[in-house]
Amino acid sequence: MADVMVAMSGGVDSSVAAALLVNEGHNVVGVTLKLWGGASDSGCCSVSDVDDARRVAQQLDIDHHVFNFGDDFDEFVVNPYVADHQAGRTPNPCVECNRHIKFDRLFRRADALGFHLVASGHHARIAEETLDGAMVRRVARGADDAKDQSYVLHMLGQTQLERLIFPVGGYVKDDVREVASALGLRTATKPDSQDVCFIHSVGGREVFLGDRIPLRPATLVDSEGLQVGQLESIEMVTLGQRRGLNLGGEDHRRYVIDIDHETATVTVGEREALLTAVQRVENMEWSHQPEAGRFGVQTSAHGRVQGAEVEVLDDGLTVVLSWDQPQQRVAPGQSVVLYRDDAVVGGGIAGVALRPTAPAAS
Amino acid sequence: MTHYLDNAATTALRQDALEVLVPLLTETYGNPSGAHRMARDANKVLDESRDALAEALGCEPGHIVFTGGGTEADNLAITGAVEASGGVALCSSIEHHAVLDPIEHHGGRLIAVNLDGRIDIDHLADTLRTLASADERVAVVSIMLVNNETGIVQPLDEVVATVRELAPDALIHTDAVQALCWLDIATVAAEADLVSISGHKFGGPKGVGALVVRDRSALTPLLKGGGQERGRRGGTHNVAGIAAMAAAATATVAERPEALPRVAALRDRLVNGIKASVDGVIESGCDLPPGVEGTALDRSNKTANIAHLCFEGIASEALLFLLERQDIMASAASSCSSGAMEPSHVLSAMGYDRPLAFGSLRLSLGYTTTDADVDAALAAVPAAVTQIRERS
Repeated sequence: MADVMVAMSGGVDSSVAAALLVNEGHNVVGVTLKLWGGASDSGCCSVSDVDDARRVAQQLDIDHHVFNFGDDFDEFVVNPYVADHQAGRTPNPCVECNRHIKFDRLFRRADALGFHLVASGHHARIAEETLDGAMVRRVARGADDAKDQSYVLHMLGQTQLERLIFPVGGYVKDDVREVASALGLRTATKPDSQDVCFIHSVGGREVFLGDRIPLRPATLVDSEGLQVGQLESIEMVTLGQRRGLNLGGEDHRRYVIDIDHETATVTVGEREALLTAVQRVENMEWSHQPEAGRFGVQTSAHGRVQGAEVEVLDDGLTVVLSWDQPQQRVAPGQSVVLYRDDAVVGGGIAGVALRPTAPAAS
Repeated sequence: MTHYLDNAATTALRQDALEVLVPLLTETYGNPSGAHRMARDANKVLDESRDALAEALGCEPGHIVFTGGGTEADNLAITGAVEASGGVALCSSIEHHAVLDPIEHHGGRLIAVNLDGRIDIDHLADTLRTLASADERVAVVSIMLVNNETGIVQPLDEVVATVRELAPDALIHTDAVQALCWLDIATVAAEADLVSISGHKFGGPKGVGALVVRDRSALTPLLKGGGQERGRRGGTHNVAGIAAMAAAATATVAERPEALPRVAALRDRLVNGIKASVDGVIESGCDLPPGVEGTALDRSNKTANIAHLCFEGIASEALLFLLERQDIMASAASSCSSGAMEPSHVLSAMGYDRPLAFGSLRLSLGYTTTDADVDAALAAVPAAVTQIRERS
């Protein structure tokens, strides 16, 4: 029995997380983070989501508070998201929100309020092992493969994991909904949140970015350098993209294989031209400490794991992956996460892929 | 034991109000617009309530328009004046949103405030002169009597003199929602054409208020239909609420000579004690924010019940959380519809920077406040501030 602060988004997972902690006899306080004040309809922290969290807290007979971290969210998530697009990177704002808001800002607020333990409704588990006589914790995959969120939690280190609880990490989503339903929680059948929480489903990313930065038209060329089309904004283009290029009635698929942000030139070509044997990853954060060796590697939120031999460069902040099989180059800015079995060893941000060694591009 | 120190948000119902409330819902429940005896009985209660409230507010009974609360009274004053005359509306930048939002809706102008939290009369005069030279008619100038966050009393007499000189056709409205317990509205708002009050701020029930509409004021009604309130506010009278509000007003005015010094002494003990216990405290209006030069005010320019403090390096949310755990009910600035704290627009208008405007605490006392409430706050506030500063 302990004091636990549980982050409640108003969704079913965090509702059940709170309920499970209450059932275990903890003193639970629910908090909802107000992060985004602008127009949005696709994510959490709208008034109706806060209402849902508040009413679930009422059902569970726990206190509920709203914390306004909007300024931090702008500074650490939204503004970098815009700046990344402007600089030609493909950011993952959920990773940055976890890094800076949920598992930093909220933890510091919990400290100030005297709460050591913090819980969330993420689908992930915490694996424990003993290394050299010391307890080492790692984020591990949740029980539900399809809902696993360990990828977006890869940055969590010992100081956070030691005080963190993921109550629904051992449940598959259907069972979470069943618990919610059995308890009569109003969020039991609420749809999962989709997409980026601060971007409106109408207009989407392009309107969001266009309201904040000038969008530059891009020229589409083939691998010979011949112009094959045009795009409205270079900022909307991602390495490996196939849809939305408006190349028209051709019988073979073409992909974005190169983006020259300076000249606003996008090169399209065969999928093989995207492949690389080696991938550089920067800004590594390690669960415990830097480790070289063989790992399973995941390069997108629900991507497949591929094997690679990992070399750690001197600073420990950069690794170079040598893929078992050539893989698509990862768009700069995306998170790349290393797993040993189901446990996260570390993760970082995709840097420039090392093209010269890519077999198909030579 | 709960220590309720949020009386500027709402108050406990007074015994006098409670006693009139229930019989009017269960016995004398006729519709005062009707023709039979039960209707006449209800109408008599309405007339008597109107007389009592007029006495408390220093106006003619016929000047009173009963509304569904302070926000409706403010909206009726602003929108009613703008729609009746077609002119522009002005208010201070520290008004309650019940005034700010309708003024912004009608494309009105905001008047700045000084560092001391009082309206900048020179800016008001300049704005009125500019409008006059552009041949723009001014429909209404709305300046609150007491600010709901800081408790700072606005110089309404100077506002009246300025407006009468530079825009003689303009109506003067004052939102007196925070004033009745602590100021003699009959005197200080005697020259205002329109005065808003709200029942639940002085021991009446929620959902009932009034607008004083003095003779010269032409207003277009917001709610049409039924012809009640001489056509100025349609809708069946909330007789029980109105009578309870009038009873609360009468009791409040009668108790004021005793309550005012008692509550002021409690407030002074509270503020002085907190300021003596922790560093980095700014009492809004009375202390200047760091790095700002100018003239601050004496605490006597605030109403007796408000302790409004900003703590450097503190987020109000964290402070309120810890105070609640010590059974102290307090508030910060304004909350948005989700319940999240927003930085105070009042403090921003007074020149406070954003972190400081996020770190305010309002402890508002009332007729129910006791020494024990103040003792509890004196123990809890410095402890919470120290804990947050040490652990953040």
